[in-house]
Amino acid sequence: MKILNYDTVIIGGGPAGIAAAIRTTELGLKSVFLENRDVLGGIPLQCVHPGFGLHYFREDLTGTEFITRLIDKLEKTGVEYIVKAYVHSVEYKDFDKKIVNVITPRGVLKINTKTVVFTTGARERHIFEIGVVGDRPDGIYTAGEAQTLMDIYGILPGKEVVIVGSGDVGLIMARRFALEGAKVKAVVEILPYPGGLMRNVMQCLIDFNIPLLLQHTVVKVVGRKRVERIVVAKVDKDLKPIKGTEFEIPCDTLVISAGLRPYIDLLEKLEVVVDPSTGGPVVNEYLETSVPGVFVAGNALVINDLVDYAVEQGELAAEGVKIFIENNGIPTKTWRKIRKGKSIRLAVPHMVSGERDVILYARVSIPEKNVFVEIPEIGFKMFSFGVRPAEMLRLRLGKEMFSKLSDNVNEITLEVKPR
Amino acid sequence: MIFMDRLRVAIVGAGIVGASIARILSSYQNVDILLIDREPDVGWGSSKANTSIIHPCHEEDPRVHPLRAELCLRGNKLWREWVEELEIPAKWPGELMIFTDSDEEKRAREFLELAKMNKVPGVRVVDREELKILEPNVGSVVLGALYAPTAGIISPFEAVIAIVENAVDNGVKLLTETYVEKVRVSSGRVLGVETSRGFIEADIVINASGIYADKISHTAGVELDFKIVPRRGEYVLFDEDVDVKPTKILHTTPIPRTKGVYAITTVHGNLMIGPTAEDLPIDAKEDLSTTVEGVEYVLREARKLLRSVPPKSRIIRMFAGLRPEPPGGQWLIKVYEDPWGFVNVAGIRSPGLTAAPAIAEYVVKLIEDTYDIKLARKNSWSRFRRDMVRVGNKSLEEVDKLIEKNPDYGEIVCICKSVSKAEVLEAVERILKIGAKVTLDGIKFRTYAGFGKCQGSFCRWRIALLISEKLGIPLNEVVVKKSSYGIGDVKMLWREAI
Repeated sequence: MKILNYDTVIIGGGPAGIAAAIRTTELGLKSVFLENRDVLGGIPLQCVHPGFGLHYFREDLTGTEFITRLIDKLEKTGVEYIVKAYVHSVEYKDFDKKIVNVITPRGVLKINTKTVVFTTGARERHIFEIGVVGDRPDGIYTAGEAQTLMDIYGILPGKEVVIVGSGDVGLIMARRFALEGAKVKAVVEILPYPGGLMRNVMQCLIDFNIPLLLQHTVVKVVGRKRVERIVVAKVDKDLKPIKGTEFEIPCDTLVISAGLRPYIDLLEKLEVVVDPSTGGPVVNEYLETSVPGVFVAGNALVINDLVDYAVEQGELAAEGVKIFIENNGIPTKTWRKIRKGKSIRLAVPHMVSGERDVILYARVSIPEKNVFVEIPEIGFKMFSFGVRPAEMLRLRLGKEMFSKLSDNVNEITLEVKPR
Repeated sequence: MIFMDRLRVAIVGAGIVGASIARILSSYQNVDILLIDREPDVGWGSSKANTSIIHPCHEEDPRVHPLRAELCLRGNKLWREWVEELEIPAKWPGELMIFTDSDEEKRAREFLELAKMNKVPGVRVVDREELKILEPNVGSVVLGALYAPTAGIISPFEAVIAIVENAVDNGVKLLTETYVEKVRVSSGRVLGVETSRGFIEADIVINASGIYADKISHTAGVELDFKIVPRRGEYVLFDEDVDVKPTKILHTTPIPRTKGVYAITTVHGNLMIGPTAEDLPIDAKEDLSTTVEGVEYVLREARKLLRSVPPKSRIIRMFAGLRPEPPGGQWLIKVYEDPWGFVNVAGIRSPGLTAAPAIAEYVVKLIEDTYDIKLARKNSWSRFRRDMVRVGNKSLEEVDKLIEKNPDYGEIVCICKSVSKAEVLEAVERILKIGAKVTLDGIKFRTYAGFGKCQGSFCRWRIALLISEKLGIPLNEVVVKKSSYGIGDVKMLWREAI
């Protein structure tokens, strides 16, 4: 076993990880970047659709183009990285010492490090997690799996497709199947509104005449060898199927796009505090978790709808690592909790100091029109023509806003109010 | 005494019963054994989807089912040797039959009587206080339990794989994806079986075809009234990191139709709850569907067994199996004079998994006795089979050594269960060696890749790629369970349209 020493280890080679690795290297930290697959890039590698990099590169790129540019930058920066590196476990030894155990084809590595940045991304919810009963035939794929097959390996999973879930991934996959001549019979969404961005509903469904069944759910799969049909029902306001409303849709393929969950198994083993609303760890404004020196960014922190946000979080965590190492911890007088007020489903980070500028990512719980997004304690108020759960709010809070806040205020409230 | 140079035996059904018979027969000289299954791989029928319990056998009434009781007891003993010889994952935690009211207590105490009759060791009633010490995860409504320390849990699908691998090492031939249409009989003698791959000659045909055993028996012209009812059992499997995982086997007090609902921690570390017991129409022999009602029922029953049941969002799999239920619950184990050479090992419902090794011994003895054949032991028979080498079971030091010899152990393809490329390739080789078909499901059951929280969404394509490389077939032609992973390349539909 080889023993190595680093300032920081970045785990997970997607956009957030690449950004964190570039930034820590730029900041002069001795860092090593680990990826389990044989290539860097993560999920954008298989995203042949546009919508990537509008903020970061100020250009509309495909996922593949975006990630290629980011990897070029990484190579130029001279980041040390290892592919086919599987993180077996992370041991917490001390405030400034962790051991990352890594399995690689060249042997086991024991990496001593002061800090760790988790950019392990998300996993997809599968058919059993969303409670679909019936047969278990072939022809059922998660959206990401179908996308890998189609856009990395050029394989068509099936030709008569039903998609469960109208999040961006589901919508984009509906279009991908349609573009390859497959018949997309329906996109089934349990909620009364689509889960993805409005532009994707337009460009992926309406432009291709793909029916969107809102307030419907797949109750059953039927098929001996391969999917033969699915049974769909309307749901009531508690999202329970209504008896007697069932109907069948013949198809050979069922694509599950029922949302993503931060993939944080290793962090859970480190016993970080997890926020049930994001499924990711509770973090401070440098994206440090409840375990000192352990940072998290990208979809492992919170499910983002833009890659640019994941990149931004990766860079922020890198800066946090630098500050942690220089100061032996993140220096702060008081942490103030962000309270989720009216109509706020989630907000990240969970704690802010008010001593520096901070970017707040949040999601609302229901769609609303003509509202103010407010933090009354610091006088933050922003008008919006419409807020939707599908669209993440990104709010920049300048440190000057906190100046009038007295030291004993340990909580500020994010909320949505009607105009 | 009938003299034959070689005895040709065809076993219909490579489930736990058929495989066990093949293993026992393979220890004798001058027997050619052919194990036939309709599925692509072994153990894909009732043997795959069951509660995985090795029963203590205090639930078998020797006055009603003497053979069941005897073979169950013997099987419980034999499994302890078999799991060691064949390296089958197993544990022996003992079981607690929970009672929550005086009616249930009365029924539980009746099994104490049966335990005495069957001489099941260690069975006793424990009160609430002792119960909580034996199993801190029990529910709050429990009054006490009947404790049976000899109960065990095995991995049933791996058991079949291990037994078949061992049998093949000892000369058994396996034919998968082969559908037996008919037992051919002429002038009171079995000639062989007619299959989807043609006629196969055999002196003896052993019908161990599980849920289809009635049909096979009918084609041999015997037991024409014998009908097997498919009794469906639904199960839910939770993620391995849920916080309620009983050490002991817990189950509700049985009613005549079923052994009750169980809550166990499987040998792979998952909380499993089930089964239901639902008799399906006689021809619903393929209906492995789960239902909302079934899932709700087992979860409700589990609330009696466990201090808390994890939320449904932590379920990682729901599945169902069909148990072959014979008339009156009576196993049909019979060697026929007419037609000579036909053997039924049919209707092997619970405790069939427990009894399987003992059934196998019994059947071989019965054949010898009925046909007055004396089989001679092989000198060269190997009773051992090695399990896969697994990165997930090894310390980092051991993994490092493995990688030194073979770098493929250092390439992890299943993140949830730490399964390496080397293991996937070994599983492919093992499948080819027994003569089964390579499928993604077959790899899953051998390596555990896809058993974890993501249920294969991260690793299925990676494993499919390894199979495609190894077998030299296009990625889309890799078989998932029974059909291909993809239908063709992405432009195929446009080409077809033009």
